[in-house]
Amino acid sequence: MKVIKIVVPLLCLVAMSSVYAKTAATTHAKTFANGLKVVVKRDQRAPVVISQLWYRVGSAQEHNGITGVSHVLEHMMFKGTQKFPSGAFSDTVANIGARDNAFTGRDYTAYYQLMENHRLEVSFELESDRMLNLVLSADDFASEIKVVKEERRLRTDDNPRALVYEQLHATAFTNSPYHHPVIGWMNDLENLNLEDVKRWYQRWYTPGNATLVVVGDVQPNTVFQLAEKYFAQLPGHAVAVGKPRVERPQTGERRAVVRAVAKLPYLMLGYKVPSLATAEQDWEAYALSVLVGILDGGRSARLSKNLLRKKQLVASASSSYNVYARHATLFLLAATPAAAHSVTEVEQALYAEIKNLQETLVDERELRRVKAQVIASEIYQQDSVQRQATVIGILETVGLGWQVMDEYSARINAVTATQVQHVARKYLVAQGLTVAILEPSTNEPQTITTP
Amino acid sequence: MDSPIGYYVLCVCLVLTGVTSAAPQIEQWHTENGVKVLFVAAAELPILDIAVTFDAGSGRDAELAGISQLTHSLLNAGAGKSDADAIAEKFEDVGAQFSVSVAPDRSNVTLRSLSDEELFKQALSAFITVLARPDFPEKDFLRLQKQALIATQEAQQRPGEVARRAFYKAVYTHHPYAQPTLGYQHSIHKISLDDIKKFYHQYLVAENAIMAIVGDIDIGRAKLIAQQVSSSLASGNKPPPIPDPKPRRSAEAVHVPYPSQQAHVYLGQLGIRRGDPDYFTLYVGNHVLGGGGFTSRLVKEVRVARGLSYSIYSYFLPMRQPGPFISGLQTRADQAQQAVQVCLQTIEKFMAEGPTAEELALAKRNVIGGFPLRIDNNRDILGYLSLIGYYDLPLDYLHTFTHNVAAVTREDVREAFARRLQLNNMVKIIVGGPQKK
Repeated sequence: MKVIKIVVPLLCLVAMSSVYAKTAATTHAKTFANGLKVVVKRDQRAPVVISQLWYRVGSAQEHNGITGVSHVLEHMMFKGTQKFPSGAFSDTVANIGARDNAFTGRDYTAYYQLMENHRLEVSFELESDRMLNLVLSADDFASEIKVVKEERRLRTDDNPRALVYEQLHATAFTNSPYHHPVIGWMNDLENLNLEDVKRWYQRWYTPGNATLVVVGDVQPNTVFQLAEKYFAQLPGHAVAVGKPRVERPQTGERRAVVRAVAKLPYLMLGYKVPSLATAEQDWEAYALSVLVGILDGGRSARLSKNLLRKKQLVASASSSYNVYARHATLFLLAATPAAAHSVTEVEQALYAEIKNLQETLVDERELRRVKAQVIASEIYQQDSVQRQATVIGILETVGLGWQVMDEYSARINAVTATQVQHVARKYLVAQGLTVAILEPSTNEPQTITTP
Repeated sequence: MDSPIGYYVLCVCLVLTGVTSAAPQIEQWHTENGVKVLFVAAAELPILDIAVTFDAGSGRDAELAGISQLTHSLLNAGAGKSDADAIAEKFEDVGAQFSVSVAPDRSNVTLRSLSDEELFKQALSAFITVLARPDFPEKDFLRLQKQALIATQEAQQRPGEVARRAFYKAVYTHHPYAQPTLGYQHSIHKISLDDIKKFYHQYLVAENAIMAIVGDIDIGRAKLIAQQVSSSLASGNKPPPIPDPKPRRSAEAVHVPYPSQQAHVYLGQLGIRRGDPDYFTLYVGNHVLGGGGFTSRLVKEVRVARGLSYSIYSYFLPMRQPGPFISGLQTRADQAQQAVQVCLQTIEKFMAEGPTAEELALAKRNVIGGFPLRIDNNRDILGYLSLIGYYDLPLDYLHTFTHNVAAVTREDVREAFARRLQLNNMVKIIVGGPQKK
């Protein structure tokens, strides 16, 4: 949810292009007068459809003191309206055999129903209703905030690697909103109140701040007509343009130590990099995606080949990069040392891999393999209407536009070895580096609180 | 995280599915050396998926817990005189994905590839090499053994995994299903390269395999592919069935102190085997109890009404021998007893009364209406083929699924839950919170 792992796994590009023609997508889009945009992609493989409603709000719109409010609001969105009071929403969804859920990230909050294609209207009726008519009650809030705190304990507080991920971002980013976690700081959750949630709902939940994405066995015109019926008449208000909140330039390497209950050490490196949305030259973002593939695109990639098998320094190692982030982001490397090897040795070995990328051009066969995997993955992705809709939703929500999805393979394919070397030299440098290390402790570590 | 829990949940989702008339047309045949093959043609995407399933899960580990996992992990570490690097390149040069997975009951060796003839040819050749001609190089064995030791340590730093292990131990005691798929530190240390080779030659044989194929090919080509794969497998013997687990005669409560903020709770007992006549009754009933998300009683009582846990559920996991019935939750350590009470009371009430007419009707509409979602992509269809083929379920399993769901009555559910669950014999595991005084 937070990190889109760019799976980078092809070869006969001639063979590939024939494969491509077969999957040519049919995507249609329309924007209503109230600002709501509707994107429909036809996929007739099965009589199902997914409907996702995306709001351009996530933890990156939050400020200190109310962190986590976007996600808490997501939970509260299942509590009911006048028309579908408490429990009626879930019963209505269950009644048509739909699967529904929601997810919150740094740049978005999204709600979805996956169902038989002829049920789509039910989904529109429910989502259009709760966009503006949510009933936020004190009783519901009181129990739901407890659930969210349990979720935080489960996902983060009792998960040492999640703590490292959280601390890495908090250390790397000073004024960028990627500083704080999507789920929010526990102290903010403890002090969040119903008014905070109400204000958040009123500010961000409006047609002009939303995108409706529909993928499945549907007629685009029928979907537009249905969407017109349920969404086009909704009153909207202007949403103030967010402040840029551009991270200040980093002045040198940063390090953080996390002592937590754990048995194994772990380390994570994050280099400040542009995303596709922020890159001055967009090929840089595609070159960074290829770079992830060189390092971690499968078992033939360098982290597996060199660190896991040849040197046997790590028990596991990975690299990831969210090319579709709205703000400048981190190029991540993470590793668990093998037995009898230290975090320091592993850290040095990761630097050696980076240095090699900076000094020596990747060879053509390796580059071709990474591209082959990207192109294949783009095709495998079409086995899931949910995945297709999610990519469209992210691209629309961060302002890149769904068309980027159709260009992706060709843009990756155009990346050269020199461009990969260029981004490695420009961005994988100590000046923009943050390191977070997990030091295992067997007992509850002492924490220092300053009242 | 790819914990075994994830696998079970996936398994359950798969299992708990129904079908309308839209179910795919399954073709079944046996190869010349007797391997059963199930195939569905899917021409819409240029993809081909193959899964070979063996009765070689961790339930076959015996005193060498972890050996199935380690053996399967070694398949692509060296085969046909190619090393791990060369094998990885063969798959990845053509964008193919190779993977293995091990569960207590079965193991899967899978290939996802583009169906383009040239690309697929290379992927299939690599697949057959790792499946049928693994070299088991010693240096890779030593490396993967060390990685397995680290993986068990990693599992032990997750309180949820500690609780899951304790649960299986308490329900299955000395039965093979009691052992974690990853194994234990001490058992992994004991495994030798000879043991690995012996395990491979004993269990990864044609007589112990079934195959599932889904993708952009016709049945003629599917038969050729199946023949190529199956004829590469060595011949051996089908192993005798894993014995029946013995039901507990008493309850057991286990508390494991753990310096975590939350306590992880598992409640449960022995459940049912795959193909059990009560299966649909229990499946639909459990949808009301703890399988149906926000419409289920456990979610309403534990999460919605009391805010005690983010995740709360129950399910039956049918296996070749009786698999478990499990209910699980996680809550702040000082609330664990309260949450357990609410959970047990909810189960007890459900056993006594069964579902209401409204609850049952809603559960059926949800399962039946949701049936097309279970088979809307190649991956899920492949999963069903493996399931049907491996457990000898009827070939019309998908076609009759919704019919079987629709036939369940309130009295069936009440009667089956009362007969199959024994509150007095349940296991209760709590991991987390301080040592009790």
